[in-house]
Amino acid sequence: MFFLEYIWLIPLFPACGAAIMFFFGRKLQKTSVSAVCVLAVLCTFVMALGAFLEYPAYAKANPDKLGYETTLYTWLGSDSGLPNYLTLDGRSAAFRADAGFLFDPLSGIWLLFVTGVGTLIHIYSTGYMAHEGGYYRFFGYLNLFMFSMLTLILANNYALMFVGWEGVGLCSFLLIGFYFQRKSAGDAANKAFITNRIGDAGFILGLLTIAWLFGSIQFTKVTEMARSGHFAIGDHWITIATLMLFIGACGKSAQLPLYVWLPDAMEGPTPVSALIHAATMVTAGVYMVARSNALFVLAPTSMHTVAIVGALTAIFAASIGLVQNDIKRVLAYSTVSQLGYMFLALGVGAFAAGVFHVFTHAFFKALLFLGAGSVIHAMSGEQDMRNMGDLRGRIKTTYRTMGIATLAIAGIPIFAGFFSKDEILWQTWSRESGAYRFLWYIGYATALMTAFYMFRLVYLTFYGRPRMSHDVEHHIHESPKSMTVPLMILAFCSIFAGFLGWPHSLGGSNRFERFLEPVFAKEGHVLQAEGEGSQLAAGKHEEEHTNSTEYLLMFLSVGAAGLGWFLAYRSYHAADKGYTEPIAAAAPPVYNTLLNKYYVDEAYDYAFIGRRKIGNVRLGAMGLGEASSWFDAHVVDGLVNGAGRITRTFSSISKWFDKWIIDGVGVNGPAILARALSYPARALQWGLVQWYALVMVIGLVGFVFYYAWR
Amino acid sequence: MAEIGILHYLIVAALLFVLGVIGVLTRRNVVIVLMSIELILNAVNLNLVAFSRMWGLHGQVFSIFVITDAAAEAAVGLGILIAFFRNKETVNVDEVDLMKW
Repeated sequence: MFFLEYIWLIPLFPACGAAIMFFFGRKLQKTSVSAVCVLAVLCTFVMALGAFLEYPAYAKANPDKLGYETTLYTWLGSDSGLPNYLTLDGRSAAFRADAGFLFDPLSGIWLLFVTGVGTLIHIYSTGYMAHEGGYYRFFGYLNLFMFSMLTLILANNYALMFVGWEGVGLCSFLLIGFYFQRKSAGDAANKAFITNRIGDAGFILGLLTIAWLFGSIQFTKVTEMARSGHFAIGDHWITIATLMLFIGACGKSAQLPLYVWLPDAMEGPTPVSALIHAATMVTAGVYMVARSNALFVLAPTSMHTVAIVGALTAIFAASIGLVQNDIKRVLAYSTVSQLGYMFLALGVGAFAAGVFHVFTHAFFKALLFLGAGSVIHAMSGEQDMRNMGDLRGRIKTTYRTMGIATLAIAGIPIFAGFFSKDEILWQTWSRESGAYRFLWYIGYATALMTAFYMFRLVYLTFYGRPRMSHDVEHHIHESPKSMTVPLMILAFCSIFAGFLGWPHSLGGSNRFERFLEPVFAKEGHVLQAEGEGSQLAAGKHEEEHTNSTEYLLMFLSVGAAGLGWFLAYRSYHAADKGYTEPIAAAAPPVYNTLLNKYYVDEAYDYAFIGRRKIGNVRLGAMGLGEASSWFDAHVVDGLVNGAGRITRTFSSISKWFDKWIIDGVGVNGPAILARALSYPARALQWGLVQWYALVMVIGLVGFVFYYAWR
Repeated sequence: MAEIGILHYLIVAALLFVLGVIGVLTRRNVVIVLMSIELILNAVNLNLVAFSRMWGLHGQVFSIFVITDAAAEAAVGLGILIAFFRNKETVNVDEVDLMKW
């Protein structure tokens, strides 16, 4: 149990790597920078693999446990001065968050592909970034990202998960803005960060609601309590908590309406796009929802929301991807779309299928991005597919690996994407007795679009006539080994990762789903029970047809992939300079709308940011700022000044009263009176002693005469 | 020539007294004023001695007291006068007018 016991070391390796980079990186050679950072990530991969292999034995020995859990120390608790609070049902609970780690099948899978893909991308980056400035900075950020991501995955409570959640957000920001000399990169970094803040607010609210409902934020405790039947299905508070969490997931995993940051995040270096914005970080939202599955199944409203948002995001982003010309942007919209698939799976209750798609997607999407990076590398920085073409013979490894990834994402059989995407579509069709079937059509249309835009990318890049300038053409060269070897490994995974989830209907055992069963099993039962309850009349005869239906659906989706491939082939396989876009030829307004991404950025600009005006009115944040500024200047300051003026008026009245009434009548009045009265008295005191004596004598004589004559 | 009686003494004392008062009221020199006060006191002494000739010795005892008192008063008065002279370089009583309002 060595690896499980030291599981807390996993995030520590990249943390050390990042610390070394930040403190000493400036002085290190490029080779030692890459050695330290790649080694750190490689260690985490080995540790993760070890823990993963040890886990089944542990699970067998402790069947009642949800996973291996270890606590390093209490991070937030009553001894750090947090007061107790009352939960919803009136218990007094202490807010407590440990620096604790949870290893179960779910975090195990995530750990494995994050560290695995992370290692490959680190290796790739040593080649890709070799001629870039800020080499140590880049690797420091990457390691910091790995640390945050692993904290997020291994956390055993929502608070620690949030630490990782914010950490990956920060690293995403830093890496999108890696080329900070470019204004567009800085803007994109800000956009990503700010959009994520909206989601994070939702996460925090969800976290607090959970703490209030359950009296704990530890995953195992929350899950146990949620499964104990303490809460009814459809409980309002659970619905609110899960919706809040889903808002968080929408921000991090780029779902409608918060997806806008992800396409812009392509401003970052390509390995970053591969690692953070395709394979790992953006799946954090999926991870969090899957982690909270016990809560989500108690809230059908939230599940419906997740499924519908996922499906809409999938088709929305895929349709934009149809016409984009920047190779990385196509992939970015593809990522958003695939994330939509994952949420669709989660929303219909097929958690394992969603996680499976995350798993396979991590490989082929990372491969696509890295391949795109290799193409860009070969094209001397050119990203516009209109200026590419006919590269297949010049960069063979890149062409072959990217081709495999394209086959995988398009859902061509035996490649990884086929199994996971088909599983999702099948579950969407069959779950809850077909209540979600309308979403299947959306998912199906998305599959067609996916095949089309991916093969469009391949044909525009690797086939047709060369459309680049002569200079660029002259420089085309295959990338170094450090870049092509990760591509080949990922290509291998893109082919074979799907076999882990070979479905029952094709004679497999779907080991992936079975492995995840302890995490999700009971939820499946709850949902199925509910679905059966509402469909009792329909009976069970449907189940007999499932296999044939599944074959039919499988055939249909392969057909869609083939159709997309064919359409792309017809339109682009011989694209020369000034080739025509079929959509532009068929319906220019649609093309323009798609090319401009449905004008969502512009709409957000008007509605939320307020950089532009509608007539004289400014809406959004800036409008709000202006309105607040006006309010502050006129109402608040007016009140302040008004209060000042009133005080001043009163004070002048008071001053007058003091001066003339208090001082005049009360104080000076008696003084003036005394002074007036003193004048006659003063007249007597002229100061000549002899006069006084004379008056005395006269008085004396007067008295004498008076008494003598009386 | 009639025998000298009490009335004669009283008339002489009255004259002395009046002379003293006139001196106090009219003279400007403080020294002379003090001397005039001595005259007044001596007029009283004369009265006391005259009365004691007729009614016993108490009057003479009182006149001794008055003489003592006069000596003390002269000493104090002259002391004040010297202090005053040091300030004002004058002994004129009508220039001593600081004690008005």
